[in-house]
Amino acid sequence: MESDSALWELKKEKVLAKMRENKRIDDRDFLQYRDIKIEQGLFQNAEGSCKVTLGETVVYAGVKMVPGDPYPDMPDEGTISVLAEFMPLASPTFEPGPPSKESNELARVVDRGIRGGKCLDSKALCIRAGEKVWVVFIDMYIANDGGNLFDAGSLASVGALLNAKIPKYEDDKLVQGEYSGDLEVKTLPILTTCAKIGNTIIADPSLVEEKAMSARFSATTLEDGRICAIQKGGAYSFTKDEVKRIMDISMEKGKELRNLLR
Amino acid sequence: MDEELTYVNDAGLRLDGRKVDELRPIKITPSVLTRAEGSCYLEWGRNKILVGVYGPREALPQHIQDPTKSIVNFVYRMASFSVPERRNPRPARRDIEISMVCSNALERALLVNRFPNTKIDIFTYIMDSNAGTRVAALTAASVALADAGIPMTDLVSSVAIGRAGGTLITDLTKEEEDAPDAVDMAFAMLPNTEEIVLMQMDGEITKAEFDELVELGSKSCKKVYEFQKDALKGKFKQNDESVN
Repeated sequence: MESDSALWELKKEKVLAKMRENKRIDDRDFLQYRDIKIEQGLFQNAEGSCKVTLGETVVYAGVKMVPGDPYPDMPDEGTISVLAEFMPLASPTFEPGPPSKESNELARVVDRGIRGGKCLDSKALCIRAGEKVWVVFIDMYIANDGGNLFDAGSLASVGALLNAKIPKYEDDKLVQGEYSGDLEVKTLPILTTCAKIGNTIIADPSLVEEKAMSARFSATTLEDGRICAIQKGGAYSFTKDEVKRIMDISMEKGKELRNLLR
Repeated sequence: MDEELTYVNDAGLRLDGRKVDELRPIKITPSVLTRAEGSCYLEWGRNKILVGVYGPREALPQHIQDPTKSIVNFVYRMASFSVPERRNPRPARRDIEISMVCSNALERALLVNRFPNTKIDIFTYIMDSNAGTRVAALTAASVALADAGIPMTDLVSSVAIGRAGGTLITDLTKEEEDAPDAVDMAFAMLPNTEEIVLMQMDGEITKAEFDELVELGSKSCKKVYEFQKDALKGKFKQNDESVN
């Protein structure tokens, strides 16, 4: 329960009222993203790290690489693990404790984009087939919830991978603090989210717009135009025409955000 | 260690070139988050700490409420990637203990009796680490509490002191903490009254060394206090300018 939920109701009303005049609450164009800032390589102990500021939203992502056992059915492929921690300092409604449904969803959607988009070459993450492979841990930490954690989290995760180095592994041991090279990133999967408020589709919903939206639609796209992850959210529906149009928007916005990572 | 290290050389300088009573560089930035009621980002050597504060707010569930005071809930957590070997994101026993002793340290400075049945949450996250994370988190916490405007009698300033290679030193690095004769003491004080509000130690020392460490800790905390004050003054100066 948000402690000031009555206030949010009023803010929500304002979003809807403005939308009736064909305007967004912060006067952005319907498909315009908020300002984005990407900072990489912030933390020495992480193999790769990235902080994304999207409007008021702040997300950190860090990569750690750990030698582990391969899956029996994929003896020569490394694995990835994606987690999201909603730091309780990021919102008065976030509670310390085990991952919430929302944090689980965020991690799963980001995971699907990176996995489905073959962002990493899993065979290149093999140390010794059938024995040792790299496990790539991508951990997101949500520091300030200003809305659209999906896009910020995904961008931070890919940003951290782009910044990551592979630890030195010698005589079956990790050599702490030394690296054998850069982690190779094959594709740049970009997650973009649209929200439906009334009958209007907007990109990059802010927190108050998320409160006013009836449904959201997120898609991860690649530079060659392929789509590698989709997640529809919220209790309302989209028409066929709407989902097709949103996919076009995702392609276009995906290009825009991808350029920021390069 | 391959060879024996000299922790303090003939010129009185340490492995990283510092004097025995010199702190690593400290940079404190208050008000870095918009949702939290108070916040702070602190860089201390290679430690990087993010703190957000909420409260006093209703303590829930109701049975935890104390009709005589506000509950101080300092939470210490380490990001999975903040250490050389990836850490399970779930809190460890160490985190829970640190959270408790730091809650106690802050309670002395906070006017808890003014806010019965509430709690004050101080969430601290270690994003990157190199020795002395708890004292860095505690130092950042009182800046975030001041940023939130929560009434306090004083800030809490904190530092690690100890011994490496037979010499008493302030603000140990990881390398110094790994010295064969290392002593590591976490120390926190209200700088204006010199009340000691946190003290923990690993290692073995004599009473004479202990007495000396208390003085070194006190002197070092006052230096930390200057960084905290400057950071807060910088914030309010900025606010003044935006009014004009």
